[in-house]
Amino acid sequence: MRLVVDLNKCQGYAQCAFLAPDVFAMHGEETLVYSPRAQEEQRERLARAVAACPVQAITADGLDGPSGPAGEAAREAADGR
Amino acid sequence: MAADYLDWLRREGRIVIVGASLAGLRAAETLRAEGFTGSLTMIGDEPYEPYDRPPLSKAVLLGKASPLHTELPHRREVDAKWRLGVPATGLDLTAKRVRLADGDEVEYDRLLIATGVRARPWFKEEEGRLDGVFLLRTRDDAARLLQRLRSARRVFIIGAGFAGCEVASACREMGLAVTLAERAGAPLVGALGGVIGAVAADLQTGNGVDLRTGITVTALEGDPAGRVRSVHLSDGSEVETDVVVVSLGSLRNTEWLTGSGLGAGPRGIACDAGCRAFDFRGIVTDDVFVAGDVARSPHALFGYQFLSLEHWGNAVAQAETAAHNMICRGADRRPHLWMPAFWSSQFKVNIKSVGVPPMGDQIMITQGSLAERRFVGVYGHQGRVVAAVSFDNTRWLEFYQRQIERGAPFPVDYTTVDRRPEGRQPVDADFPDPSLPTHGPTVTLSGYSPADQQLVFTPARH
Repeated sequence: MRLVVDLNKCQGYAQCAFLAPDVFAMHGEETLVYSPRAQEEQRERLARAVAACPVQAITADGLDGPSGPAGEAAREAADGR
Repeated sequence: MAADYLDWLRREGRIVIVGASLAGLRAAETLRAEGFTGSLTMIGDEPYEPYDRPPLSKAVLLGKASPLHTELPHRREVDAKWRLGVPATGLDLTAKRVRLADGDEVEYDRLLIATGVRARPWFKEEEGRLDGVFLLRTRDDAARLLQRLRSARRVFIIGAGFAGCEVASACREMGLAVTLAERAGAPLVGALGGVIGAVAADLQTGNGVDLRTGITVTALEGDPAGRVRSVHLSDGSEVETDVVVVSLGSLRNTEWLTGSGLGAGPRGIACDAGCRAFDFRGIVTDDVFVAGDVARSPHALFGYQFLSLEHWGNAVAQAETAAHNMICRGADRRPHLWMPAFWSSQFKVNIKSVGVPPMGDQIMITQGSLAERRFVGVYGHQGRVVAAVSFDNTRWLEFYQRQIERGAPFPVDYTTVDRRPEGRQPVDADFPDPSLPTHGPTVTLSGYSPADQQLVFTPARH
């Protein structure tokens, strides 16, 4: 799964770092460092991080497999649309 | 008639996007999202699908991400024909054709140019070819640099803009000895001015970087095997090193448009607020659009100055606006009015900005303290708030963005949380003379207001 965080939006609430610590980590007080490529076993944690971000800054694809309506919906949500 | 054309274009027209990075991808997605069902061709000079660049100088060097795996997530299927690894070499506006390096030609009905920028190479070509001298812009650059840093002890970085400062930070975390050289008086002065530059300088030196300012690199010296050995400076000193990272800002990828008749040159491609490119006469084209780092567009909030923004968020927003405008009716077109914003992280400090700091003449520290490296600084120009910068204080920036949008007065006349004595009066923001060459400003102000009669045009020549 690929992901990108809009770091203009990110305000360092660190919800993602709690929910998916193997993908996201705080580096300092409000700087986020993340891996743009998440392993398959991170799927559920990543989905929770995407949903929990207070500023909806995380876009990920492949959360529900490569295609399908649920995946599309997750992507739309991640885009804040 | 026009409506018929638009219906046809949306249904079965041919759209070509030159530039397959962030702006190109987001534009392609937007076209499909807004109902474009015709043929879409994506042309990119790198042989890779669109990937994200900001991690290359941060997460990748910190070992948190692979340089080979920063591919951007797709928001939707774009159903495009991808021509990757083949740069565009020419444009025929009359025949509506893009020429490719392999001799092929691709016809379009509407074209989007998002060719971005590339790293400015070291000015002495032969020295730049020495083993151990690196640029950092592409994933190949990052992979090569990372591999070499793993066996290096000393790194010399030329240019203390954002990229240079980020590389210095990552190298210190890797435990390497770092020398950072900057022609100006402090790091980041082109982007944020001397007041904030002084904080950035403390951040570097406080973390063990050997910072050399007010200095230029005169030569890179190699050993007999062609491997870089030392760096010569304008004060006559010489610094031994294993690796040199050249971080001197960027060049806009417009050479392929030379002679095309578009208003393209070293400062980018000028376009209107709707992302339509100007031709060399300053007349807007109908079928050529521009987005991302390569574009220069007028911004109503900043005196209609043409802004060239090398910002991640600008690439996304401008691509979305350009794509929308490419396939909608005239009355439905939107202006690109994105508020400039960027981020950087150095030595675990989060640096963010909104607005256009180099436009400011004065700065006020409205919250926090420079000494604590946790503050908000507000930039003013002609009685208005035009920008703000935060160090580890990002949650306040949205407030300041609203201040900029409504043209709030400067000096700020309201009280703020955590105002210190040092923030009661504005001081000179201390930007360098814009006529002097600097490295790595992230915002370039250029162009003229619509009322300016001094318009001088130099045809596109490099």
